[in-house]
Parts: sequence; C-alpha cells; structure tokens
Amino acid sequence: MNRSLSKSLFYGAIVVAGLAAPLLFPGYTFAISGLWVMILFALTWDIMGGQMGYNSLGNIFFFGIGMYVCAIVQVGLYYNVAAYTAPSGQIDVHFTPHQYYLGLTLGIAAAAVVATLFALLFGQIILGLRGPYFAIGTLGIALAAGELFGAWNYVGGGGGIALPTFPGDPGDRALFFYILCFILAIAAFAFLKWLYSTRFKLVANAIRDDEEKAEAMGLYTKRYKNLGFAISAFFLGISGALYGNMIGFIEPVEVAFPVITFGIFMVVMCLIGGKGTLWGPVIGAALFHVVRQLTWTYMLGWQWVALGGLIIVSVVYFQQGIVGWVLERWPERFGIRVDEAGSPDESLDADPVNKEAA
Amino acid sequence: MLENLHLLLQAPVLNVQLILDGVFVGAVYGLAAYGLALVWGVMNLKNLAQGDFVILGGYLAWAMGNHGVHPFVALPIVAVLMFAFGWAIYRTIICRIIDKDLFTSLLGTFGLALVMQQIMNQIFGPEVQSIDAGFQSLTLFGGMVTIAQVKLISLCLTAALAVAIVGFMKWSRMGQAIRATAQDPRAARVMGINTDRVYAFTFALNSAICGAAGVLIAMIWVIQPFYGIAHSIRAFVIVTTAGLGNLGAVILSALGLGIAEQYAGFTLGAQLQQFTVVSLLVLVLVIKQIHRGRARQVLQ
Amino acid sequence: MDAIIRCTEVSKAYGGVIANDRISLEVPAGRITGLIGPNGSGKTTLFNSIVGYHPIDAGSITFEGREISRLRTQQISRLGLLRTFQQTRVYKRMNCVENMLVSIPNRSDAFWSMFRGYPADATRRAERLLDFVGLYQKRYLTAGSLSFGQQKLLEFAMALMNEPKVLLLDEPTAGINPTLINGLIDRLRRSVTEFGVTLFIIEHNMPVIMGLADNVYCLANGRLLAHGTPREIQSDKRVLNAYLGENYGNEAA
Repeated sequence: MNRSLSKSLFYGAIVVAGLAAPLLFPGYTFAISGLWVMILFALTWDIMGGQMGYNSLGNIFFFGIGMYVCAIVQVGLYYNVAAYTAPSGQIDVHFTPHQYYLGLTLGIAAAAVVATLFALLFGQIILGLRGPYFAIGTLGIALAAGELFGAWNYVGGGGGIALPTFPGDPGDRALFFYILCFILAIAAFAFLKWLYSTRFKLVANAIRDDEEKAEAMGLYTKRYKNLGFAISAFFLGISGALYGNMIGFIEPVEVAFPVITFGIFMVVMCLIGGKGTLWGPVIGAALFHVVRQLTWTYMLGWQWVALGGLIIVSVVYFQQGIVGWVLERWPERFGIRVDEAGSPDESLDADPVNKEAA
Repeated sequence: MLENLHLLLQAPVLNVQLILDGVFVGAVYGLAAYGLALVWGVMNLKNLAQGDFVILGGYLAWAMGNHGVHPFVALPIVAVLMFAFGWAIYRTIICRIIDKDLFTSLLGTFGLALVMQQIMNQIFGPEVQSIDAGFQSLTLFGGMVTIAQVKLISLCLTAALAVAIVGFMKWSRMGQAIRATAQDPRAARVMGINTDRVYAFTFALNSAICGAAGVLIAMIWVIQPFYGIAHSIRAFVIVTTAGLGNLGAVILSALGLGIAEQYAGFTLGAQLQQFTVVSLLVLVLVIKQIHRGRARQVLQ
Repeated sequence: MDAIIRCTEVSKAYGGVIANDRISLEVPAGRITGLIGPNGSGKTTLFNSIVGYHPIDAGSITFEGREISRLRTQQISRLGLLRTFQQTRVYKRMNCVENMLVSIPNRSDAFWSMFRGYPADATRRAERLLDFVGLYQKRYLTAGSLSFGQQKLLEFAMALMNEPKVLLLDEPTAGINPTLINGLIDRLRRSVTEFGVTLFIIEHNMPVIMGLADNVYCLANGRLLAHGTPREIQSDKRVLNAYLGENYGNEAA
C-alpha cells in the first residue's frame, strides 16, 4: 500500500471515528466534544507559541470574546440585550427555531470577525513585545477582560448571560454541537496542515529561532506575526461561540475567560505533546483531555496542584514533548538527517576545502 | 465614575487620603519589585511566581496569628522560613531552568505559581484574609483623612527593611558577590565566587523579601490564594518602569503605582482592580516600546 | 566607478564614548573594500550605522544615491544591503536548506506571498549556493549542529541567496581554520565576479584583506585615519602607529 493511500485511509478513519463516537457513546457526547475543543486550543496556541516562539499566556482572551459576541448577537438580533440581562424585571424571551439558527450562524460569524479584529488591533501593541513581556502582557489582557466583562452590566456583569435555548431535546443539542466542534477541529487541522506547507512555516520558525536575524534579512516579520495571531483568534473566537452555547450560560471569569484553567491547558497540551509540530498539539490535547476526564473528579481539589507539578516536570525534564522525543529517537523515519561521524565526503565540489569547513 | 472624579475636585482632602493610602501600599509593592529586580538582574529569571511568594508569606503570618503570634514577631520568623523555602525551591526547580530558554524559565515559574496558589487554596481556603495587628487609626483634617496606625508602622518597617537590604548588598561579602555575579557571572567564577551558591542565596533572599512584604500586605490589606498573579504583575510593572539597576526609580515607580491604583479604585470601583493593574502594565510597556523604538531597539 | 555606499560625516556616540567621529568614506560598486583598524576603533559601529541597526547622531549615509540613515534594518536589507554578524547568526533549529529557502529575496512580496510555497528553482539555487560554500553534503543537517566555521559559511550562503547588491561582512575569516582561509577568500572573490556583489569587509587578518581588497579604509579611535590601496595602507606610518603604538619603530631602532 503506497504512502498517500495509507495516509488517506488514516485520515478517513479518524473522520469516521469522530463521526461515529457520539452515536456509539451517546452519554459521553459532551465529553468528546471537549476533546475537539482541546485539540483546537492546542493547535491555535502552537501557531504563535510553538512555530513562532511567541508564548502567549492569554489566548483564552479570544475564546471569551467570541463567546460574548456570539451571545450578544444571538440575543440582540431579536431582543434588547440590556433588558435581557437586567437583574430584575426580566423580559420574556422566546426564540423560534428559525431565529435560533439564524442567530447562531450570525453569532458564530460575528465571533470570528470580532476576535480577529481584536487580534489585529492588540497585535499592533503586543506583538512588538518580546519574551516575558509578551507572555505577561497577554496574561494581563485575558485577566483584565474577565474583570471588565464582569463589570459590564450590558452583558449581565458578574451575573453572566444566558444563551437562547436550543430548539430540540438535549440529545439532539449535544449531537448538534458535537458535530460543529468536530468540524471546527478538523477544519483547523486541515488549514494548518496546508499553512505549514507554505512559506509561513519557515518564516515563523525563523522568527522563533532568531527574530533579529529575520529582520536583518528583510523578512516581513510584522505581517507574519499579525497573520499568525489573527488565525489563532479566528478559530478561538468560533470555539468560544460554540462552547458558550454548549454550556448554555456564560459567566465572565469561570466560563468565558478561564485564564488559569483553559488558558493554561493550551500551553500544557502543546508542551507535553511537542510544540512546533503539527501532531504534537493534537496528541498532547488528546492525552491531556483523556487523563483529565478520568482523574479530575477524584482528586478533590488537588488536581490543580498536580497540573502545576506536571508543568514543572515537563518543562524541566521533558521539554521536547512526545512528538519531539519521537523525532529525536527515530529521526531517519521522519526525514531528518543526522550527521554520522567519519562519513567520507563524496561531494560535488572537488575543492579540498569541502572536507571540513572548520 | 464621573461623580467620583467630581468628588475629588470638590473635596481636595480626599486626594490626601488616596495619596497616603497609595504610598503605604506602594511601599510594600516596592519591596516585592526589588526582589524581582534582584533575581532578574542576577540570574536573568523572570519570576512569574513572585506574587505567590508574597501571598505565602502573608498566610504564614496569618496562620501564626491564629495561634496568638503577633505579626511583628511573625515578620522575622516568616522571613527566615521563606528564606529556607526559597533555597529549597531553587535547589529543586529553579537551578534546572535558569540556563534554559525563555519558554522554559517562564513556564517553570508559572507552574510553580500554579502549584503554590492551589496548595494555599487547599490549605487556607478561598476566603480573603487579613491580620489584625490591633492598632487604631489616626485622623487628620478633622476626620476627613484616616490613617491606620498599622499602615504607618508598615511604612517604617518597609523603609527599615529596604535600608537593611541595601546595606547588606553594599557591605557584606555575599552582597558584593551577588553584585559581581550580576555584572559578569564568568568573571565572578574566575575570581573564585561560587555562582551557584550566589544564585541560591539570591533566590532565597528574594523569597524572604517577598515573605516580609506578604506579612505587611496581610496587615494593611488582604490576602487571598489567587491574588498572587496581580502582585506579580505589579512587580513587573514597577521593574519595567524603573529598570533593573536603580533603587530610587524602583521606589518612585512603586509609590506611583500604589497611588495610581488608589485613584483608579476610587473612580472605577474595586471590581476593576486587576483591570487597572493590567492597564498600567500595558501603558508602561507601550511607552517603553515607543521609547526603545526611537533607538531602534526592542523590549526584550 | 560609482560609489554604491557613501558615508558623509557620520557620527555616533554611545553613552559618552564617541564610537564614530565624522567618518566619510565611499564604497565603490562591484569592488571589494576593506575596513581595518585596531580593536575599539569603531568598525562594527559603522557597519551597524550603515545597516540601520541604530540611528546615527549626525551625518548622512546614502545607498545608490538614496538616503538611508533614517531607515530601519528591514527596509535597508530589502533595498539590497545586507550584513553578516560577527558572532554568526543562523536559524539554529532549521536545516541548511530551510535556512537558505527562508532567505530568498522578498523585495516585491505582496500580502498573499505569505501563503505561497517556494518555487522549485529556489531549492536548486539553494543547493547550488550551499555547494558553492562547500556545505552541500551537510545541507539537511540542523544549522545548530554545524561547527562555528560551517555556520559562518552558511550565513554567507544565506546572504548570497538573498541576491544582495552589497554585502557587509564582519570578520569573515575569524574562527576559520587557517588552512581553509584560502578557499574562503576564493569564494569571496567569486561572489563579486560571479554574482556581482559589492563587498565591504571588516578584517583583522592583514594578509587576507590586503590580498583581497581593492581599496582599504583604516579607522582609529573612531576617526578615519587613512585610506588607499592595500600597498599604500601597508606602508602608511599612521596605520602602523595605530596598530603597534607610536614608539614601536623608535624602540626597535
């Protein structure tokens, strides 16, 4: 079986498995939806963090923005949002299926657009920062957003905002959003697979390895940084819109801008899976999600300590992540050449200088 | 918000209150910032867990307070405990990440921050706590301005600590070794200084400074397991504004930050506290960026 | 023979130290020009000024007649003025071919160029240039795993890949095994004859620069001390004094 056929079968199998899963395990639909969301989190973080070396601690910002924008659109198309979120004397709302689906579609579109706009806007300032300043700056923005939305009464302030109810039974609802999350994750993966085959990948890696050198060589670093940031924001915004609807109720810090939970998961998943690779974030996300589902509830509060410990251990001892480790162990299988000591030089250039350049 | 601003103009005495409160808490911020500048300058470590060390110090004093130990007595004890804690953390985690790349050291300290926050949450609970040192308040201007005596004492203690630390750095052998290592680690090694020990000591010293700051914060304000991030960001703001070498600039920046926060808290409300800190951070970073841009350098 | 780079009264001070003091020089197109001087005479500072690494305090720098002293490094490099670094900078986690590909010229890059692949002839050109510097065998190795001298060659190849008009080389033979320097000199010459590049080279290795350059500038204490052909410079007393000290000749005598 040649390579491209086996590859197509591989991807086909994943798609089939992904579509079949909620039908085979209906009780776990929400949990598996979470898997696709996690994969999306990791893939988007890796664009800036792994490929470009810009470690953001606040990507969750775009997730929350998307969530709120979608909710505002879904409600705001038909009712007054401020009246809807008013703590007392609430208005009666009823969404017909047509209204719901239209609102959802426009909401998702708006979420993607607004999140991307924010990335381009904030990027002007924040992408000019390097290293720790970028990390702390993004972290701060995500934290501040949580507070701001919690103080903004239009969207319900600290009380949050409820999303329109799905016109159908809970089983259909879970399946519906599962399919959307699945499609989103697959779309993101396919898009990035293509993107990493273009110039973008090499330039991003050049920025990661030595940004000053990249600038000195005339690369349009600013464009690439903005593009990467915008792409992350685009997908994260949509995922926020979907997730808000899956939960049904948005709380500013707990659901929309969970900086120290989801926000950090993004980084950890790429770390353990292997950042700077296409499959690393996916594997890391899958592993992390599964382990989390199995162990979280049993740890009674200590899971966060375990998470922090996992970060420290990974960072100190297992920096390259799973995929990185595999690439180091078996480089030849993946097309990486390693120098063999003492190999005779049969070079094209007969110049004796070629034997060893220093 | 506008009504509050209006109030400030109508009653100028309110400004005195805000400025004083800003100075009292800003001074303590300055301590934590100095510690951050110390580890940053000596071992190039951007310690994202700085604020959590502060909170830990506060909780230690609070726990001792629950057993009848007065915070003034607790202060030196906490400093020693935190020194030992810092040494241990250096030996287990920090020494393995300082010579690695930025991602490693950032995430390493962030992981540490997470662990500390969550452990404190598990042990001490998520409620906000504070230490009652049993002092009263003074009033000025006919009751319009209140000064808690404990805040005055905290300011004096902060000043005393600052003098002690600066003196230590200037005149003691270890202090000089630290400064030498900060300037040129290789040269220091060649001169026979054990840089690893210097790093351990520096980190432990930073931990002790943070612990002391935490005790003071617990006395004049409040502590909570998840307030650490905000304190870390504050320290970053101050160090970014003041740079690494200049103690005077650190003090001024710290006081400025404290005062700015008080004004923002007054006009915007206490729920936007983190927003204020972050906005100041972004402001400082933007200004620095523009400043550096003129010299065609980048903020690293 | 036109001057492709012209510096007029260029001055730059760093915190009290005057690194460049009203330096005026010309780099003629299509030739090799050398820049020598004892340590601390301001050579690298001048290079940094020319490529826009920092703003200058006074003076003017023109490239092909166009004033560039206000431009940033990125813009200047896109005009065709490149530099190599003294400490040799390559993209360490990418392999040599990738280092080369990412160095293709992008003068006319539009927004959508970001999404294009690399044309087939780019890879061929990259391999040819890697062969030119003698790194063809190692083209799939990670740049970080190369030796210092090999990285220097890679950096040189990357610069050539970018099709520059002028290349500023900061100590190209430093750290290279002496037996291999001749090969490097040969390649430097060929880059001028085969690729039409103008070279402006900082060098400490006197035999190298005297054998290579068509004309040489000598800096000392931030000022331009002397300039002329290699033969003129080699017998210039001021240059000897600058390197060896004022009383050297007298003591020997």
